[in-house]
Amino acid sequence: MEGTGKKNNVSYARWGYIFIFPFFAAFLIFQLIPLVSTIYYSFFEYYRSGLKVIGPNPVGLANYKAIFESDFLKYMGNTIILWLLGFVPQIFFSLLLAAWFTDLRLRIHGKQFFKVVIYMPNLIMASAFAMLFFALFSDNGPVNSFLISAGILDHPFRFLSTVWGARGLVALMNFLMWFGNTTILLMAAVMGINPALFEAAELDGCSHLQIFFKITLPMIRPILIYVLITSMLGGLQMFDVPQILTNGKGSPDRTVTTIIMYLNNHLYSKNYGMAGAVSVVLFIICAVLCIGVYFSMNGDDSLVRSRRKKRGGA
Amino acid sequence: MRKSIKSLASLALAGILALSMVGCGGGAESTGSKDSTGEAGKVLNIWCWNDEFQSRFNDYYPEVKEVAEDKSTTTLNDGTVVKWTINPNEGNNYQDKLDEALLNQESADANDKIDIFLIEADYALKYVDSDYTMDVTELGLTADDMANQYQYTKDIVTDSNGAIKGTTWQATPGLFAYRRSIAKDVLGTDDPAKVQEALADWDKFDDVAEKAHEKGYKMLSGYDDSYRTFSNNVKAPWVDDTTVVVDDNIMEWVEQTKEYTEKGYNNKTSLWDDGWTKDQGPEGKVFGFFYSTWGINFTLLANSLETPEEEGGKLEVGNGIYGDYAVCEGPQPYYWGGTWICGAAGTDDADLVKDIMLKLTCDEEIAKQITLDTQDYTNNIPAMEAIAADPDYGSDFLGGQNHIALFAEAAKKIDMSNAGPFDQGCNEEMQKAFKDYYDGVVDEKGAKANFETAIKEKYPELTEVKWDD
Amino acid sequence: MKESNERSGLGFTIFVHVVLIFLAFLCLFFFYILLINSTRNHAMIQKGFSFIPGKSFMINLKNVLADANIPVVSGIKNSLIVSGCSAALATYFSAMTAYGIYAYDFKMKKPAFIFIMLILSMPTQVSALGFVQLVTKMNMINTLWPLFLPSIAAPAVFYFMYSYMQSSLPLELVEAARMDGCGEFRTFNRIVLPIMKPAMAVQAIFSFVTSWNTYFIPALVISQNKKKTLPILIASLRSADFLKFDMGKVYMLITIAIVPIIIVYLILSRYIVDGVTLGGVKE
Repeated sequence: MEGTGKKNNVSYARWGYIFIFPFFAAFLIFQLIPLVSTIYYSFFEYYRSGLKVIGPNPVGLANYKAIFESDFLKYMGNTIILWLLGFVPQIFFSLLLAAWFTDLRLRIHGKQFFKVVIYMPNLIMASAFAMLFFALFSDNGPVNSFLISAGILDHPFRFLSTVWGARGLVALMNFLMWFGNTTILLMAAVMGINPALFEAAELDGCSHLQIFFKITLPMIRPILIYVLITSMLGGLQMFDVPQILTNGKGSPDRTVTTIIMYLNNHLYSKNYGMAGAVSVVLFIICAVLCIGVYFSMNGDDSLVRSRRKKRGGA
Repeated sequence: MRKSIKSLASLALAGILALSMVGCGGGAESTGSKDSTGEAGKVLNIWCWNDEFQSRFNDYYPEVKEVAEDKSTTTLNDGTVVKWTINPNEGNNYQDKLDEALLNQESADANDKIDIFLIEADYALKYVDSDYTMDVTELGLTADDMANQYQYTKDIVTDSNGAIKGTTWQATPGLFAYRRSIAKDVLGTDDPAKVQEALADWDKFDDVAEKAHEKGYKMLSGYDDSYRTFSNNVKAPWVDDTTVVVDDNIMEWVEQTKEYTEKGYNNKTSLWDDGWTKDQGPEGKVFGFFYSTWGINFTLLANSLETPEEEGGKLEVGNGIYGDYAVCEGPQPYYWGGTWICGAAGTDDADLVKDIMLKLTCDEEIAKQITLDTQDYTNNIPAMEAIAADPDYGSDFLGGQNHIALFAEAAKKIDMSNAGPFDQGCNEEMQKAFKDYYDGVVDEKGAKANFETAIKEKYPELTEVKWDD
Repeated sequence: MKESNERSGLGFTIFVHVVLIFLAFLCLFFFYILLINSTRNHAMIQKGFSFIPGKSFMINLKNVLADANIPVVSGIKNSLIVSGCSAALATYFSAMTAYGIYAYDFKMKKPAFIFIMLILSMPTQVSALGFVQLVTKMNMINTLWPLFLPSIAAPAVFYFMYSYMQSSLPLELVEAARMDGCGEFRTFNRIVLPIMKPAMAVQAIFSFVTSWNTYFIPALVISQNKKKTLPILIASLRSADFLKFDMGKVYMLITIAIVPIIIVYLILSRYIVDGVTLGGVKE
């Protein structure tokens, strides 16, 4: 509210609306109607039996009741485990690499090359990537023959037939596909930091670690929170990697079935009622976490300009 | 230097973006061109998921005048334009789009209405048991016209009222393809008749499995190898009203497969995975494979070679295990694969649909020609028996055996009167759920529970699963 | 003091290189086997893995190019159009939206921000089919428009732009521009966007890649062969009938599909890799 004294600020408000208009227009046109109908039909019995459309018959909260009577919590647990398994190494390596790449004192040979290469797995289509994973980790694939010839195993480890083998592969594939992405985001953030800050710190004789924790981390905080939130949402809505890697089975024993895979099972019969209800439940969980994490980490005043001003003036 | 690279790069980028933008504009213009075929003549819309039927149609339908260069249309002698809509299967995409189109069939423009669409056996009854497919007799096809087709190919597309709602040009009876060298070692003979005798029912099959195991071989490669032989011989359809009833024969498969897995009679592979494929090749130590028509002279043959044909390998004894396979009927008749043609309700050209069905699926000469040209086993009993009776016809790959003769015998024994609209989901989920059981991740109870959960997710209308124990 | 720093630095530098080489190996390894598989014959691929190239590269290439039902050239063109437009629209309009919320004070500012974060949390799996019905009603089925126009509203890209502005765009700059008499759009296009270049490049790459590899929605919207994007064509090869099913062809097409995207990536990555620093922020 500061600065209302300047009279031209009042007229600038109009520009705020103008700048955000295209986004909201596109959202209203392309996404709102499907989203609203998703929520609406979650209160109906509405699916197809073969080609016959059953419903929509209003059923109140029956779909929601059915969700909590199902193994929803198990799938929720699977999803969180799969996400953490991939996310923890991902954020660790990404921070490490981003720090290394942007550390001017660290002389890395072929730095450009490494920077370019780490993102490349993301260029491969997930389905193609999964095909390669199958070949690599199959019972008589190269990974198993390596482990056997190295004397680590005496018979093939059947990766996709064991709970932690399958979960591990999903996490590994997610890690490989996304760590470069995260590193790039963090690097872009670090490069946005005023180089004068690093120069000053170096002149003061700060170590790598000190610079990293005292300057880099606090300065890239908004992007770090961004990475955390988008990765969390991406993790909770994880679908394609476990879906493809387990041939849509979520096996063994449904321990690799994520929430969206569960939702997808309902779409086989175009069960908009159940699928809608799963979406709404997942949406509420995601929204609470997303908004909660955002405001708890940024403080409630993050949208107010005064803080920026202070920093800029310092 | 670096600077010039950079500017070059941004120039190229600008180029790509410009191209994209131009493309955006281009996308808009071409939307209007849809009706250009408008008055010129009738349009026949055919929907399918790959180009298999398209190539049969273009090559063998007598009325074909010319095929467009991009194959998107085929023009017939009377000026009718056949428009091909091919949507890939992946992610259920074909059925998703077909369903939407059929549900909107009534309101669609005459030239956009689907006239013919293709279906697979596993989900055939979903369409057959609906009002969106036409009774072939209504189209004008008589029982006489179809008299030469194998009965099971008609069973699969017969709806609950007994009406036949589709027809196919191919039959896909299955056999058991075994390794001659292994049979000699285990049974002392590689003669198909004697091997068949040794494998004539499941008890005998199990005995051979034990003997093979003693000699260091595996009877089968994976868990699902024998599934179809069991699931094609059930006593009742999967679903009775709203209850899934798991047939005894399916549970026999569970029992047999668990036993084979525990005793080491199989290699724990799954259909189409690399272990399964490898087992069919020179390094394989597996007694045999259940395979149908297309599988033997294409898939199995290709897998048996040491050096592939495309890379200079010869199709002759000595290249891998070429010539070491032979076929016999195995313990129970079954089929695997196949594509059916359906006339869509609301078609504006029933006569043409009928003629296509008549020529491609009922004509003895065309059927025989397709088989001789492509080795596709066709759905015409006299045509196939003529080839079966030909003493000169034999397959070098099978050591000179005339496999058509065996197919012709097997095809007549298949009984698919128990096919139902839920087959695809039930069969898939059954194999999925029990794979965990064979792998030792869950016990039998756990596998059953997982099957029930999966079925109720897929088919909300099914309320109960009954296990016959 | 400095000496010891250098020495501990050597061991550390070697460690850094070992880690980097290992990760780079993991990343490139998959391209290697992809390439190897495109040189191998169907039956060979089915039998498992090999490190040694096969002899079928030209055969696979010929088979893919000769298949009239798989129009590779128009597939590449369509994919370029869709991905290029998606990337351009998503980055530009997200930056614009982020700037609107970051730089201006208006009543709906906070609700608008929270609303976008809510959209970000919404699972889109179910609404996909609703989206397709909508597109049908808008008469845009079998056109490329619905594949990139929705990118104008890309909540994740918006949020990134917003976070980036928080850490790298001082509002003094904007105010200074205003004092020089710059109009609002001019300020955005001429002053803000250049500062956002690294962020724009990053998000352009991500949007481009995501869109390049998307199958589900495009497959539902597009049926005409000439409008199909590369992932649909790859899926088509994978649904071939048993007689024609050819993994050699599939891998070849995957390899072909990866070439343009690598080129685009290498071009765009220069903005990140070369270490674009922000000329404007020097105080």
